[in-house]
Amino acid sequence: MVKSVLTFGQNGLSDWLWQRVSAVILALYTIFLLGYILCHPGLDFAVWQTLYAHPAMRLFTLFALLSLLIHSWIGIWTVLTDYIKYVYLRLFLEIALVLALAIYFVWGIQILWSV
Amino acid sequence: MSAALSEIKFSIYRYNPEKDQKPYMQEMSLSVEPGKDLMVLGALKQLKEIDETLTFRHSCGEGVCGSDAVNVNGKNRLCCITPVSELTQPIVLRPIPSLPVIRDLVVDMTPFYQQYEKVDPYLINDTPVPATERLQSPSDRAKLDGLYECILCACCTTACPSYWWNPDKFLGPAALLQASRFISDSRDTAKNERLTKLEDAYSLYRCRGIMNCADVCPKGLNPTQAIAHIRTELLREGV
Repeated sequence: MVKSVLTFGQNGLSDWLWQRVSAVILALYTIFLLGYILCHPGLDFAVWQTLYAHPAMRLFTLFALLSLLIHSWIGIWTVLTDYIKYVYLRLFLEIALVLALAIYFVWGIQILWSV
Repeated sequence: MSAALSEIKFSIYRYNPEKDQKPYMQEMSLSVEPGKDLMVLGALKQLKEIDETLTFRHSCGEGVCGSDAVNVNGKNRLCCITPVSELTQPIVLRPIPSLPVIRDLVVDMTPFYQQYEKVDPYLINDTPVPATERLQSPSDRAKLDGLYECILCACCTTACPSYWWNPDKFLGPAALLQASRFISDSRDTAKNERLTKLEDAYSLYRCRGIMNCADVCPKGLNPTQAIAHIRTELLREGV
């Protein structure tokens, strides 16, 4: 079978594995954030800023951003290959997807380090 | 005085490519003695006496050969082991989905068999042939249970949306169950080659684990579990 060139891992096994790893990281991050918000009822900018200024939180958020990139790349690529049969439209959408996700990732890091 | 006959209503997919512009549903009914049950295949045979152009495939009539898979009320089943009494009426009969229709309920199984061929569904062993048979321990033999019983009726593969979307690239649950059967066989020496053939993004990994296959299998097999087993083997070799 011809190799799928626009997948994240270029291979079914690695895509499958990364989708699961990124799902676990995203789940942990979501649970942590929800818990944090529930534990801080009067959440203001100062509390929020202290949280995100902590190196551990930056690292955790960086992992979450990376996981979001990987997870949506694999997921949306799968959906596009299922439903978009016209090859040039699929090519366009797949490239647009990868570029958009890359921009979100870099933008996310920029926001994170400006806190 | 004879008891009043009860009526069973059917709605049956009809298509004769030589005559019909497009497929249509035909309403038909059968009169049976009250309290008497019959299988869908039995009903089809009686309906064929009413309209002899009605076409369907069947052979053993007892759920062994797998030739009479039909979509019954939206679910792929073998007509010969599906009692009419279990079904709500009108009983809607359609060919199993996604395969080309030859006529009425008869489909062309070629695309299904092509995917089956791709998994090399036979024992490969390149060691010298022993004087007696290749022996297997009872525990190694037990690993094939739940895999070897498949009758290739195509109920599972044609119920799988991943197969509907990519019938040329995704092998489908039936072929993957057979792949798992030979990967699990202690006498087979081509395990690595078999696994390598399945590591791309489509052949196996298009399975999203929705378990339509296990839901419809008339032999009670679980292709989703077999696929999960292959994934574990791939992971073992690939990390």
